[in-house]
Amino acid sequence: MSGASGGGAIESRAVRSGRIPTPTAVRPYQFPTVHRVTLGNGLTLVVAPMPRLPIVTAFALVNAGASADPAGREGLASLTAQSLDEGTGALDGAALTERFELLGTAFAANADWDSSVARLTVTPARLDAAFALFAQVVRAPSFPDRDVDRKRDERLDDLAQQLAEPHALADQRFTGFLYAPTARYARPGSGSTQSVTPLDAVAVREFHAQHYGPATTTLILVGDLTLERAVALAESRFGDWRTGATAPVSRTVDVAVPGRRAVILAKADAPQSELRVGHVGVPRSHPDYLAIVVMNAILGGLFSSRINLNLREKHAFTYGASSGYDWRRGAGPFVISTAVKSDITHRAVEEILREVDAMRAAPPSHDELTLATDYLAGVFPIRYESTSAVAGAIAGAEMFGLPPDWFATYRDSIQAITPAQVYAAAVAHVDPSRLLVLAVGDPAVITAPLEGLGIASIVTHPTTYDPTELV
Amino acid sequence: MTPATLSTPSALHIPIVEHTLANGLRVILSEDHATPIVAVNLWYHVGSANEREGRTGFAHLFEHMLFQGSEHVGANEHFELVQRAGGTLNGSTWLDRTNYYETVPAHQLELALWLEADRMGRLLPAMTQEKLDTQRDVVKNERRQTMDNQPYGTWWEKLPALCYPPDHPFHHSLIGSMEDLSAASLEDIAEFFRTYYTPDNAVLSIVGDFEPAAAMAMVEKHFGGIARGAGKPPLRPVELPPRFGGWHREVVEDEVATARTFLTFRIPPFGADGWYVASLLGAVLGMGEGARLPRALVREQMVAADAGAYTFELPKGADLLICDVTARPGVPLAIAMDALVAEIERIRRDGVTPAERERALALAESSWVIGLQSAGARADKLSQFATYFDNPHRVNEELARYGAVTLDDLQRMAQELLGEDNRVSLSYVPRVAVPEAA
Repeated sequence: MSGASGGGAIESRAVRSGRIPTPTAVRPYQFPTVHRVTLGNGLTLVVAPMPRLPIVTAFALVNAGASADPAGREGLASLTAQSLDEGTGALDGAALTERFELLGTAFAANADWDSSVARLTVTPARLDAAFALFAQVVRAPSFPDRDVDRKRDERLDDLAQQLAEPHALADQRFTGFLYAPTARYARPGSGSTQSVTPLDAVAVREFHAQHYGPATTTLILVGDLTLERAVALAESRFGDWRTGATAPVSRTVDVAVPGRRAVILAKADAPQSELRVGHVGVPRSHPDYLAIVVMNAILGGLFSSRINLNLREKHAFTYGASSGYDWRRGAGPFVISTAVKSDITHRAVEEILREVDAMRAAPPSHDELTLATDYLAGVFPIRYESTSAVAGAIAGAEMFGLPPDWFATYRDSIQAITPAQVYAAAVAHVDPSRLLVLAVGDPAVITAPLEGLGIASIVTHPTTYDPTELV
Repeated sequence: MTPATLSTPSALHIPIVEHTLANGLRVILSEDHATPIVAVNLWYHVGSANEREGRTGFAHLFEHMLFQGSEHVGANEHFELVQRAGGTLNGSTWLDRTNYYETVPAHQLELALWLEADRMGRLLPAMTQEKLDTQRDVVKNERRQTMDNQPYGTWWEKLPALCYPPDHPFHHSLIGSMEDLSAASLEDIAEFFRTYYTPDNAVLSIVGDFEPAAAMAMVEKHFGGIARGAGKPPLRPVELPPRFGGWHREVVEDEVATARTFLTFRIPPFGADGWYVASLLGAVLGMGEGARLPRALVREQMVAADAGAYTFELPKGADLLICDVTARPGVPLAIAMDALVAEIERIRRDGVTPAERERALALAESSWVIGLQSAGARADKLSQFATYFDNPHRVNEELARYGAVTLDDLQRMAQELLGEDNRVSLSYVPRVAVPEAA
């Protein structure tokens, strides 16, 4: 390995032994064929037949996500999605749940940053009945006051629970400190205590009426069914859906707080520090996307990445360390995550910064590059064994407007990435001068050594402190 | 209701061919040419139950060492070679087994087999004190991350300790104490390896896109020369009375935001006829949002944030049925516990309705098919059934076993095993006072 992690955490003994078995001939792979149909009412239907096992996954992808939440009411898209199955027509939530479960399935829905998704997976014999119910729930939910209030209170309960969970707390507060308090991305997708508290059934009904409709919805059917059956199902259950719903305009989402800085959230006596190091990343639509994916795999995306080998296998600071870009239509966070023994927190930060610098100091070696590209290209068929994984991939492609040949060309595109492109991506998109370091840990143990690193000014807050609640 | 109500059980049939090598290694093959990938899955019939006193956590630490190289493979090179081949991999340790697995593109089958064979046959030349020290620290960090710095994280150490007597193989901690981890030596590694990591104590399953004759030739080539073991010491006795014999209540004050209880019942071991009854009863109580506990405690009474039920799938002595209820913030433990116990008493008194049984069976069927979509999951099931029941074909009978459970079976089991003479409750409550100075 090149760069600062040249401690040799991987011994290449097998390569030297000359005993590695020769692969047999590569067998052809094709991503399931994807058919796109537009119904008369404007609704888009995407079908991918996958007849290997008796199972079908249905998604309703609605072009309205958390980024569309009104200011001060963050969490509305999420609460709307999660309240869909609380009733429709004469059925209340309990009766609906029982109907779905008697069909061996469960309805689930959530809001992502850029869309909301309702989904279920069911055997083909029960598909007609389950899909009829699915359509009713997506199109005409009743959103009873009491049940929406209960769902809202469950979200508030979750937020209260997170205060005691260092891992979840670190994830949530990292973005809170990373983005300007007014940016949508500063608050969690499902909202914060302040923004969720005023939500109610009236707001949820309004969001649904404004944004759930044939013009904003893509229906995705994947699994053991034919294109003909899929079209007939979609026509019969969604063909007469007519509303004036439109896609929302996303708010400004990615205003960052500038400069390098460090924050400690004080958890006395913590045996470990939850660490997050990163800055605002780039939008999914960026032309460097694939180069960044490969760069991140080398930096911290794989088990055999520089950061994991350094922190886990070389120094034994942690059970694991990784880096990742959160891909959204706006610029989501780039973050390095780990949990380390308290008394070496500063040394872990030092090693992370060293790896960040090394990534920008020189192109990766040929071996490092091919480890990442061969992995990403090779693992592609393994990622898409299940109907829900294929439906998820198709949903992502729809949400980000990827070209129709995206899945067919993905593996070749990854293999074409060069060391120079990876290097350029690191220089352009990893920026040590903007890094935010956040630690949920014991200030008595970690503060002074972190100050000794001289990397940034350090502020300490109680775990209850939420920078987005002050707006 | 009969098994015939299951919609398409015949379509779930998993093809199975069994072989046994001369050295005792069991090989299970299952072809599936839908996608050009293949899963390799190896179960060693050893887990924390086999650890000796003073060496708790050793089976799991040993699993980490299996990624530190073997005679022809360097430290972490196993990971690197599989990922470079476009594959995924990992390993895990449980009370009575340890598994190692890879899913790779079909043309890389032999790489996965060679890597597994090299460490089964020739691990010890690669073991060093430095690697042991590093992995010991990694495991200590794993313990901190998953248990010590995690709300309720200690439950899966405390609950088995409460539910199995002190001399029982399932009593002690799987991840181990810090002291025992510190005491583990290279001699321990060598002894454990020679005793348990032998071909006659393992099952190798291969699932996916391969030619059986070619695959068996590769298996023979790489595993055939590994010597059979000398046998392993018997487990300490595992047999237990059918019930706990009372209701043991344990309450732990911890850094948690809300109360949570694990109300646990002793049930027949995984695989026994009675286990399927208990498992289906668990599904009636806690599988899906429409099950009794989430419906009553979360939706109707709003005293719980979460409620579910599950088993440990332990095939010896006795398994556990656990009802896991997290109270809403501010709801005292006693309120959540009373609501939970009321549901338990109700099912003991009134039994299960036909619709509830049908709901649980339908969910069991779907989750079975959904769970077996991946070649890796199918391979793991085959290894599990071959290891536990000496019969991988039982995989294809699993849904029929659930379907054969009657309403009478369910009510009888609720009456016999959910009573006050068969309960352990491990409960967590928020720490009230400021922690005392150490």
